[in-house]
Amino acid sequence: MPSLHAEIGLPLRTFRLDVELEVEGTVALVGPSGAGKTSVLRAVTGLVKPQSGRIGLDGEVWFDAERRVFRRPDERRVGLVFQEYALFPHMTVRQNVAYGGRGRADEFLERFRISHLANARPTELSGGERQRVALARALARDPGVLLLDEPLSALDAHTKVAVRGELQELLREFGLPTLLVTHDYEDAASLADQVGVIVDGRLRQLASPRDMVARPADGFVASFTGANLLRGVARRRGHLTAIALESGDEVYSADLAEGPVGVVVYPWEVLVGHARPHDSAMNVVEGEIRSLVHVGNRVRIKIGELTAEVTEDSVGKLGLSVGSRAVASFKATGTRLVSSSSRS
Amino acid sequence: MTRAGFRPAPVLLALLYFLAILLAFAFMVLPVVAIFVHVSPGTLVHQLSNPIVTDALVVTAKTTAIAQAAVLVLGTPTAYWLATHRFPGRSLAVTMVELPIVLPPAVAGVGLLVAFGRFGLLGSTFNALGIDVSFNQAAVVLAVALVAGPFYVRSAIAAFEAVDANLVSASRTLGAGPVRTFFRVTLPLASGGLGAGQAIALARGLGEFGATIMFAGSLQGKTQTLPLAVYYSFELVNGLDISLAISALLVIISIAILLSVKLVTAWRPSRTATVAVAGRSDLEPALD
Repeated sequence: MPSLHAEIGLPLRTFRLDVELEVEGTVALVGPSGAGKTSVLRAVTGLVKPQSGRIGLDGEVWFDAERRVFRRPDERRVGLVFQEYALFPHMTVRQNVAYGGRGRADEFLERFRISHLANARPTELSGGERQRVALARALARDPGVLLLDEPLSALDAHTKVAVRGELQELLREFGLPTLLVTHDYEDAASLADQVGVIVDGRLRQLASPRDMVARPADGFVASFTGANLLRGVARRRGHLTAIALESGDEVYSADLAEGPVGVVVYPWEVLVGHARPHDSAMNVVEGEIRSLVHVGNRVRIKIGELTAEVTEDSVGKLGLSVGSRAVASFKATGTRLVSSSSRS
Repeated sequence: MTRAGFRPAPVLLALLYFLAILLAFAFMVLPVVAIFVHVSPGTLVHQLSNPIVTDALVVTAKTTAIAQAAVLVLGTPTAYWLATHRFPGRSLAVTMVELPIVLPPAVAGVGLLVAFGRFGLLGSTFNALGIDVSFNQAAVVLAVALVAGPFYVRSAIAAFEAVDANLVSASRTLGAGPVRTFFRVTLPLASGGLGAGQAIALARGLGEFGATIMFAGSLQGKTQTLPLAVYYSFELVNGLDISLAISALLVIISIAILLSVKLVTAWRPSRTATVAVAGRSDLEPALD
């Protein structure tokens, strides 16, 4: 598979974007709004010109600051799908798809199962249909790399799950190096082989979704991937580390550290009950249930500062409800210790 | 609070309110109606075949067509450039383009005279090239273009600025160069606003009087446009009927232009490809 190389230095309003990426397969950039994610896409397409760095696809050089090479967007083989799709409102669906790939429109309409919409205007389409048109239009252009800007954020929750599945299939089918940008870690993890967390213009960590959960580089990455982040002060105690939490509780971790730390615990590592477990090796946090949120067939329970994820069955069996007291427990080996500051 | 049951102030206010509206309408509509009722419709139609009227009609049609074409050809690139570029002094440039809108037309005419006239700044240059632009139809075209052009340019700037930048970017990433992008995306999407601007400029140009009479004079069959003919006939014996006939014609043309602008603006294609879809949950973690 071909690969996209991007090394981008670009001053933005309040910080400098400094990112180096090798895109093979699908890479997702995640991060908060304004972290510079979209600027990476715009630099790859040539819609903005970085101050320094190099961008290229295989042997083709699209941008090289030192050699003063800059190819215009229409001279780069990119397929960009805009966040709000940016379909041409004065053209039909067929005309939109034919815009970048004359002669291939009907083939792509068929392939994306939108032939029946060929003569419709973009304003008459649903969110999911619009996305298919935008993808068909970008791919009909025969790009060497596919760029997706927040591909799922314009969709409602119901459509989103279905479209995510379609998108997964599509990325496999076309086998193009793909760079996508999203603020939702779950979307990133489900679509990409590699996830890069970007904050204030810098990559905090670039890893497979599995590695990122197993070994988050810092507290920010951890909380971004959906983990609990409890702050406290660590002190060695035998083979373990004891952490005095800001809440007053004390927990143990198998990771070794000293001083201010963040304790990372994933919601599925947390057990919920009414009584303290007999096993003294377990970490225990007791508190009031603040919220119960159903996510698919599971329930996310917020107990004090801690979020636990349990099955719907156990919520019923235990008779858990908002306002009642519960005990959350997790193993010392189920924790990771990271440096305490969340932003640096 | 006033005492319950007796509140003269609101009743009086309401009366004054509706009286003001009534007066405003009467004031604006009466002169137009008067043109059509002062003499019989038969007289109006009969006067339209008067040579003064036919000559003025020919001069106006010819000069207006050329002036509007010039405004379109020179004004569109100017407006596009002003709409898509940010540079120091841009607002000064926009103000300069808009200045003729507020300038008294007679002043514009004097300006044209001392710039392009026989003894003006470029007079000797034009003379050497064999070009003469005072008191002829070229002068009428220049006067109309100067006075009406800014209305088109101003509207065109707004129309180009309203085109979604993402659509232009999308076109570029789909392999279209700047020229193809302009003609296939920007221009069609701005066309509603450009059409409306052209119609306003047309209406303003048809009514041009001050600059034309200063710079081109009022020579029947040569530089005498319809508005100039209204004034010229008025001074003739029994010329009021001719003035009224031309005025009636101009009223009808003005109404037609106004209606077409309203139609064009209402029909304008929607600018954004998509409507923001609700349900975009804010799951982003806090940044401390």
